[in-house]
Amino acid sequence: MEHGELLNIIKLTKRFGGLAAVNSLSFAVKEKTIKAIIGPNGAGKTTLFNLISGIDFPTSGEIVFKNSKMERLKPHRRAALGISRTFQIPQIFANMTALENVLIGRHMHGRAGLFDGLLSTPRSHREYRHMREYCMNLLETIGLAEKANEEARNMSYGEIKMLEIARALGLDPTFLLLDECSAGLTSQETDKIGTLILDLRDKGVTVLLVEHDMRLVMNLSDEIVVLDFGEKIAEGVPKEIQQNPKVIEVYLGTGD
Amino acid sequence: MSVLKPNRLPRWFSLVVFTFVMFLFPFFSPNPYITTVMAFAGINILLCTGLNLLLGYAGQISFGHAAFWGLGAYVYGILTAKFAWAPVLSLFAAIFFTCLSALAIGIPTLRLRGHYLAVGTLGVGIILQIFFIQLDSLTGGPSGLIKIASFSVGGLVFDTPLKSHYLIWSWVFLGLLGALNLADSRMGRAMRAIKESEVAAETMGVKTFKYKLIIFTLTAGYASVAGVLYAQYLNFAAPETFGLMNSVLLLAMVVVGGIGSFWGPVVGALILTFLPEYLRAYEGLEVLLYGVILAGVMMFIPKGFAPIVKSLPIYLRRIGKR
Repeated sequence: MEHGELLNIIKLTKRFGGLAAVNSLSFAVKEKTIKAIIGPNGAGKTTLFNLISGIDFPTSGEIVFKNSKMERLKPHRRAALGISRTFQIPQIFANMTALENVLIGRHMHGRAGLFDGLLSTPRSHREYRHMREYCMNLLETIGLAEKANEEARNMSYGEIKMLEIARALGLDPTFLLLDECSAGLTSQETDKIGTLILDLRDKGVTVLLVEHDMRLVMNLSDEIVVLDFGEKIAEGVPKEIQQNPKVIEVYLGTGD
Repeated sequence: MSVLKPNRLPRWFSLVVFTFVMFLFPFFSPNPYITTVMAFAGINILLCTGLNLLLGYAGQISFGHAAFWGLGAYVYGILTAKFAWAPVLSLFAAIFFTCLSALAIGIPTLRLRGHYLAVGTLGVGIILQIFFIQLDSLTGGPSGLIKIASFSVGGLVFDTPLKSHYLIWSWVFLGLLGALNLADSRMGRAMRAIKESEVAAETMGVKTFKYKLIIFTLTAGYASVAGVLYAQYLNFAAPETFGLMNSVLLLAMVVVGGIGSFWGPVVGALILTFLPEYLRAYEGLEVLLYGVILAGVMMFIPKGFAPIVKSLPIYLRRIGKR
């Protein structure tokens, strides 16, 4: 069965001064697949993520999500469309507990407003109980349930990385962006994340990865895009990418 | 429930005890003068609790907080003194008008961040103070507004310091209860997330600008109530009270008490309201001493007094075990 395209990037360019961090880049992500973006440092991977999640706006080009253009939408509007992400340098809420972090991921699904908060209304308590249950399940999935009340700043790097994923999942995303989620993790932790990502795809989540761990990329990805200096130099299934001479050149260098 | 909201129940309990003690305060107060100072401490607590919501929870600074305090005081004062409105109606009008102003001011100002926000709010504070001085047909100008009515509801007129004490501390209780509830709510969590990482909060679907605006308005609402309480207590309001000096002093109270902690603004407001009174004994040196103490607190206990007060029971228990 041919999957429809969930995300379509069309001639996307982002310039910082004279430097084009992303240069006339086009590719598509099919629904319910895992796509990886690889490339050397400075290839524009994180900039691309920032453009897709709305933290930065492109200089030109289009980002089409579920058939509608969204390159000028604010991040919270994109979250409402079902786009969620993690960060290369964790942006965890350090002085909040693990549970509270995930609850923020779940925020969008709540309704309680200012007066519900000030007056501590029964409605807000009901809502909180539902949200808490959902978020505790996520913490359970990620293996942090017993740390639910621990403040994030007291957690290990690996735990923080996992917590960011749980927070991103709180949104119940249709499209998940993972920015180097395995960086700095042990191989066991990386395997755990790999299994989780495959699980998510099977549940219908579309995943876009930026990743340096080639073993993980080759095992997980349905398709791979290779960037160098902001431009696409290759795209295809893992096997094709492994044998692509251009990719080998970028990664290993030429003899001269 | 209590497992997942560890701080809530003890805080709620301590709030009730605290309010109870304050209600009894006039009976064991050493003299009426101290009771008066305590009333002003209550007003400061209300101001600081509001400011702490903005500064401590949402991480946004305001150097114009005293101006919203003034706005509340003047709206109430003008309506009761010049237009003979009923105090209850004037109270609501003061809250409404102040919140509306904060909303209008917040829309352009809150787009600024960090130092720029500090300077922006400082400017707003100065502009409002100029209004208080220049609209003298309404505000009484530099010499102040007189004949402001004491608060009254039904037949009950709060015309003595003792009655005002209960009025003020009832509002302090409500203000603290609101802040306590808010901290653990969906809204409060979102505010705290904005302080921790605005980018991450926004990415998770938190409408950061809208929330900053809401909290800025709420903070002004707290200030407006404090303004009404102040104006009805003194039956007088003068523009210099609501200037930059007091905006900075209120920030200092929050910082000395402990930014972002529930009891911080209470502890800070109590300390910095009473400190000048005790320093009066050292005439001529008081400002110097005040400055030295403030600087000392910032250098040696940068997290403020609240964490120390909080850990007192633990120390006492440890000493008790020996």
